[in-house]
Order: sequence, then C-alpha cells, then structure tokens
Amino acid sequence: MKKSTLSDPFKEAREGKGIGEMNDQDDPVKMVLGHKDVRKCAHNWKTFQSGGEEIGRIVVPSEVHIRDVRQIPFEVDPPEHKGYRALVEPWFKRPLEEEYQSKLTDIVNGVVEEALTKGSLEVVEEFSLKLQSRALTLLLNIPYEESELWISWGTHVFRSEDTALDGDKANILYDYIDAQIDKAIANPGEDLYSVLLASEANGKKMTKEEVKGVLILTFAGGRDTVINAVTNSIAYFADHPQSLQRLRDEPEIMNTAIEELIRYFSPLTQMGRVATEDTQVCEHAVKAQSRISMCWASANRDERVFEKPDEVVLDRKVNPHVGFGFGTHNCLGATHARQIMKILLTTLTEKVGSMEILDCKENIEDLDEFKRKVGFDNIQVKFNRL
Amino acid sequence: MAKITFITSNNKTIETEATSGSVMEVAVKNKVKGIDGDCGGVCSCATCHVHVKEEFWNAVGEPSELEADMLEFDDNVSEYSRLACQLKVDEVPDGLILKVAK
Ligand code: FES
Repeated sequence: MKKSTLSDPFKEAREGKGIGEMNDQDDPVKMVLGHKDVRKCAHNWKTFQSGGEEIGRIVVPSEVHIRDVRQIPFEVDPPEHKGYRALVEPWFKRPLEEEYQSKLTDIVNGVVEEALTKGSLEVVEEFSLKLQSRALTLLLNIPYEESELWISWGTHVFRSEDTALDGDKANILYDYIDAQIDKAIANPGEDLYSVLLASEANGKKMTKEEVKGVLILTFAGGRDTVINAVTNSIAYFADHPQSLQRLRDEPEIMNTAIEELIRYFSPLTQMGRVATEDTQVCEHAVKAQSRISMCWASANRDERVFEKPDEVVLDRKVNPHVGFGFGTHNCLGATHARQIMKILLTTLTEKVGSMEILDCKENIEDLDEFKRKVGFDNIQVKFNRL
Repeated sequence: MAKITFITSNNKTIETEATSGSVMEVAVKNKVKGIDGDCGGVCSCATCHVHVKEEFWNAVGEPSELEADMLEFDDNVSEYSRLACQLKVDEVPDGLILKVAK
C-alpha cells in the first residue's frame, strides 16, 4: 500500500447497520455513515441541532470541558444562524478576489521555494503549518508577521501529544483572541476583528463574546483541516508522479482534481449534532438529548454514490462529496480552502518535478470501533525541482 | 450559440449568450445573483440551483439520479429544479428561461 493511501475503515459498518457507535468521554455518539443518511441528518436542523445549552458538545471529541464560548455561526441554529452567516459570508468569499489570490500565490511560492532550496523537509511543521498560518493572515486581513506567533504554537494548539483535548493549550488561543479583540477596540482597522466589532447581526450590535466566537471558529476550523489537506496532497503527488504530470498537461481538470482530493481526504472526519426529540437514524433509535454525528469521511466513500470510491479519479465529473459538510452549516472556510488547494497544485505543477517520501508517521484517529488515518503526524519529503 | 435568461429572486432579468461550458459557468461569468458555483460544477455544493420555466422543462429534461439526490435536500426545491452546472450550454434549448432559486 502506498504511503499516501487513506483507507476506508467504515465500509463494513456502513453496508451492514449503517451506523457506528463511539464512546466520547462518556457522552456516546451514534455515527451516521451512509451518504444519504448523512445528508438527511445535516438537512434536518430541527431534529438534529447545532445550538443548544451545552457549548462545544456537537464537536467530536466533545469540547464541553475546554470551551465556554459559543462558536458562531456554527453553534447557532436557524433562524438566528441566518443573520450571522449573512454577516460573515461576504468576508469569507474574499478569496475569490484577484488581489487576495495574488498574495496567496506569493505565500505558496514562498513555502514551495523553501522546500526546493532545502531539498528535503518535514512537511507538517515546515510546510503545511507555515502555509496555513500565513494564509490565515489574509483571511483575517492582518499583517503577515502575525503568522510567526501561530507557527511557534506548533500544529496542535488544542491538543498535546498525549491527549486529544488540552484545556491549557486551548486557553493560549482564547487569551490571544481576547487580547486581539481589545487591540481592535482601541485601534480599529480593516481586519476581521474590527469589521465584526463594528457590525450588526440579527438587528443587534455584535458583542465581544460573539466576535470571539467567530474568531475561535476561524482559527480552530481551518487549522488541522487545511494542514491535513495540504500534507495529504503532497504525499499523494509524491506517490503518484504521473498525476502531477497529468495536471501539468491538462490544467483544465484542476477543479475536478481539487474536489476529488477533498472527497478522498475528507479532512474533517465527522461533525456532531444533538437530537431534540426521540427519533431514529437508519432504523436505530436515537434518544432525545443524545448525540449523533455525520461522518463525512464515510459518506464520501459510499459505493452507492461514488464509482471506485477508494480510488482518486482526478477528472471525476459528478462528485457530490460532503467534504465541506452539507446543508445549513456547510464549511464557511471552503472558498479559502479551495483557493489554497488551487494555488498549491498550480505551483507544484510549475516548479516541482517530483517528490519522494523519505519517512513518515501516520496520524490515526481513534474512533473506538474504527481507526481512521486522517493524515500524518510527521512526514519527511524530498522535493526535486522541475 | 444559445440565449439564456436568468431571473433572480429580486426579479432582475439577466440575458446572456453563450456557446460552450455549463449554464452555471455562464451565470457566474455574468454575475447572476444567487448562483455561486462554489464547487466549480461537480454537483456537490448546490449553490447553482435554478427552476426551469415550465415550458422548457421537457426540452431540458429530468436531473440524473445523483443530481436529484442533491436537490432533494435543498431549500425551495420544486418539480422544475435543476442544478445549473449539470446543464450544458450546447444541449439546452435556445431562449431558455431560468429562475434562480436563492
Ligand atoms: S456548482 Fe456546485 S453543484 Fe453546481
């Protein structure tokens, strides 16, 4: 098996009972595995809610013990959700602007050039984390230098080596965001903090707490996911030089290639919801106040929807993947993520002849019944100039 | 060459002409409000949802199974719903009128 392969641990359960069970810190989760069931649950926000009393509970693993700030708009249900989403959406569509893309191209060029000059490097820390952090300064519209601090935090702000959730580490981020909000109040500018502080949502001025909720989501939601997508892309093209060549020869398949890689990688494995009433998913009872999760990674390998689901088909034309979620809460950062992928792949085709995986350690998520490889803890790669 | 008219939800009419590509691409190029085309046309985002004007429905035709699945959970779905990215300009009837769903 190639190093870049991400297998599908859910197949048997998906085809058999349609669900999986996971004990998450004594708050069990029923994992919904099929493509249609996942979309159905995502669509049904009345029965499967994102808001609710306990903040952080829909995240798997649950963050109830390490967070008391509501992430916005992600942990709010309609109709309030709509006002928040409408406020932030135009801002998160800025990656479609030319100027944004040209700055992002400089950032990507920087990390790729560094890799080529060094010859070989550890991709997670030295490539993906840098790229993700620097790109985030564009999304927030703040000076590039700020990324140096985030890079110094390492890949895991919310995790340490031995635990999936680390309250002390999470506090570093929360305290940092608090300080940035205070700075923006004292000195308003053109950055996301200032823009939100000066905005209204649902007819009310945004509070500090709400602004913090948007920023925590922006930091947390786009970190591991982007790092995994970038690292997995490097690993994939290292293992499949003919695919890199194909993108070079047929740049017109760039879009389908990106969507396909997102489907195959599914950088976010699952997202939870809390049932508001006694209900069921694929004939399994779900009790009111218990949790389900929509397993995007499993849905994206559903053979009833995708032909050859375990293969990367770069020109897959009809590709109804749910790698960015589905329904009301679909990924707010998707435009930014897609643009990172597009510029990264373009730059690789322009500059990199081939890559070689020298050594790696897989990052395996422990989901009780399932063990899922989501990417790498570290991966040493040699880059050869075109 | 096909003439395609989009009517947005705030009742603006946008007339376009195109020779190739998908109807979603035409809409995005002409900045038709309510058609974002986030996924670039692979049938994954449903941000290109349109209602085909009744008189064109037979000429345009039914969605494929996967497309119908995507539409099933979309808001404002009607019996004339299609995803614009799954309509090819050189296959749609000339003079086609589409109402933007969002
Ligand atoms: S553009 Fe995404 S579904 Fe049509």
